[in-house]
Amino acid sequence: MPRVQFEKIHKSFGKVTVLRNLDLEIEDGEFVVLLGPSGCGKTTLLNLLAGLIEVSSGRIQIGGREVTDLDPKDRGLAMVFQSYALYPTKTVRGNLRFGLSAQKLDRAEQDRRIAWAAKLLQIEPLLDRKPAQLSGGQRQRVAIGRALVKQVPVFLFDEPLSNLDAKLRTETRIEIKRLHDETRSTIVYVTHDQIEAMTMATRIAIMNSGVIQQFDTPDVVYERPANLFVAGFIGAPAMNFFPATVSTAGGRPSAALRSTDVKVDLAGYSFSKPPREGDSVTLGFRPEHFLPPGEANGHAAATFSLPVQYTEKTGGDATAYFKTETGLLAASISPERIGAFKQGDVVSLGFPGSKLHVFDAASGQRL
Amino acid sequence: MTTVAETSLAAGRSLDEPIAFPARKRRIKGSSIAILVFLTICALFFCVPLYVVVVTSLKSMDQIRLGDIFSLPWTLDFSAWVTAWDKSCSGTLCQGVKVGFLNSLEILFPSLILSMGLSCVTGYALALWNVKWANTFLFILFLCAFVPFQIIMVPLIVITGFLHVYGTIWGIAVVHAVLAMPILTLIFRNYYKDIPTEIISAALMDSGSFWRIFREIILPMSGNIMIVVLILQITSIWNDFLIGLTYGGIGTQPMTVILANVVITALGEANYNVDMAAALLTALPPLVIYFVLGKFFVQGITAGAIKG
Repeated sequence: MPRVQFEKIHKSFGKVTVLRNLDLEIEDGEFVVLLGPSGCGKTTLLNLLAGLIEVSSGRIQIGGREVTDLDPKDRGLAMVFQSYALYPTKTVRGNLRFGLSAQKLDRAEQDRRIAWAAKLLQIEPLLDRKPAQLSGGQRQRVAIGRALVKQVPVFLFDEPLSNLDAKLRTETRIEIKRLHDETRSTIVYVTHDQIEAMTMATRIAIMNSGVIQQFDTPDVVYERPANLFVAGFIGAPAMNFFPATVSTAGGRPSAALRSTDVKVDLAGYSFSKPPREGDSVTLGFRPEHFLPPGEANGHAAATFSLPVQYTEKTGGDATAYFKTETGLLAASISPERIGAFKQGDVVSLGFPGSKLHVFDAASGQRL
Repeated sequence: MTTVAETSLAAGRSLDEPIAFPARKRRIKGSSIAILVFLTICALFFCVPLYVVVVTSLKSMDQIRLGDIFSLPWTLDFSAWVTAWDKSCSGTLCQGVKVGFLNSLEILFPSLILSMGLSCVTGYALALWNVKWANTFLFILFLCAFVPFQIIMVPLIVITGFLHVYGTIWGIAVVHAVLAMPILTLIFRNYYKDIPTEIISAALMDSGSFWRIFREIILPMSGNIMIVVLILQITSIWNDFLIGLTYGGIGTQPMTVILANVVITALGEANYNVDMAAALLTALPPLVIYFVLGKFFVQGITAGAIKG
């Protein structure tokens, strides 16, 4: 029922256009994450849905009901804000109750819902405290509780975890995911953190400069990024890109990297349309897919022999950076191996053809 | 000093005893002397007349006639205060300044409620709601703050007359509210502008009602600014003379007007002690307000609303 639908949304502030001609459909019960760098329009889109700002043109529907011109409170939404935005002079209970008494629910129902949310979020001992007496994580839970008690079909989250420390962020992430599983409500969640997006979302809408670049499940977004922007944005360390020229000599597609003499066999790559001789493309290599020396076993589509520039270890993971003619190439290497790497050592790395990404050099679209 | 330091050293310093770094003695600089002299002159500027008023009010007329205005009273004589409060004459009416005190109180409360209520809600609307032409309106208000009262005095008499409040307490209250509105609205608006927009957004999604948000969220957060404006308004309403004189009827003249009458009404000799006592009595209430309300200046009213 509560299908959220944006149609031909256009939003500009003065002369600055933030969103242009945007369409997005969110199914019932989905957990959709709007992901993108700062200033990409994701928060604007969320505020448009919430009714906190007005669209310049376009239509927003929730559950088949047009809400474009409705007041925020009439849209059947609840929102969790980045700064929590708790009412400072009200107790936790008062914060939860404010939205309910505005809906003219009777007192017993209000108390029942507050008790339910407090139990779910484990904030029962805090109910009579003021926000100033709570820690960051507790405030965050109260803010989520204030949205939950309204029992609306659609919940909005505006970067709710960005003010928490790393440990609390992981815990709260799991908690929000659990809440979604329990309540089965539709959630629209804005973040710039790809880990949050990858772990929680059923679908991710990746935005850049007011345009949705790709809207798909986390797996597809990672495995088959629609364009160069998505490919570069998802994944850490970021994907390595090299310009190359396609050759179809002998009916077997291959590409020659322009900066080095490396030849890449494209036979293992499934093209959406057959490549032509001389096409200019950009090849993407994810750091985590490089095969360490000695493991390629001859079925690598490409082999790089590059000198080590420096290495990074982060406990369970390690990344080596290799010097190329145009910059650095990042490759994930197991921490055990990386200890042997010294600056200047020339290492031979393989890359499997099935993990390649090929993009059109001019349009940036996946081929 | 030295001996003390030596003995403590000789006693042996334990490890957990904090090591004191002797603070470098600050020298008094020329500039700070200049500031001190300036401040002293400023203080004297206010204190000397006040001293004269206080001692004169406690003197008997016999001592005052000697003309030595700086001398201390021979005996502490509060009879002038009693006379000023209870029996001094304003025109033909000899009931003291207490009449004016009661009138001033009656003027104070409606004026306070009207002026603060109006400007508080206007400031809230201008700061936190999307009001059309809000900036133009603010600019006009800002201009109004510079219009001298004397210019609009006569038109206001006509308007209050038209509203049938001329010569009543409500007439005075309306004029006070109108005159205070520009500056108070600006004060409230600037204060509310600093409330994080996300709190308002949250309230909009929760309730959306202008008055409900004002009553339940905004008003409880306004403690600080309310105290400031309250002190400002009590002082200006209580000390006002011209509005009370112009718009008050015979029975509604504020204390300041009565005081002026007491001072200019003299049968025979001028009773300086009574005049001074009456002046002090009139000036006392705002002073009391400063001392009482000063305590309630609350800090950090929004603490905890936003991330810690």
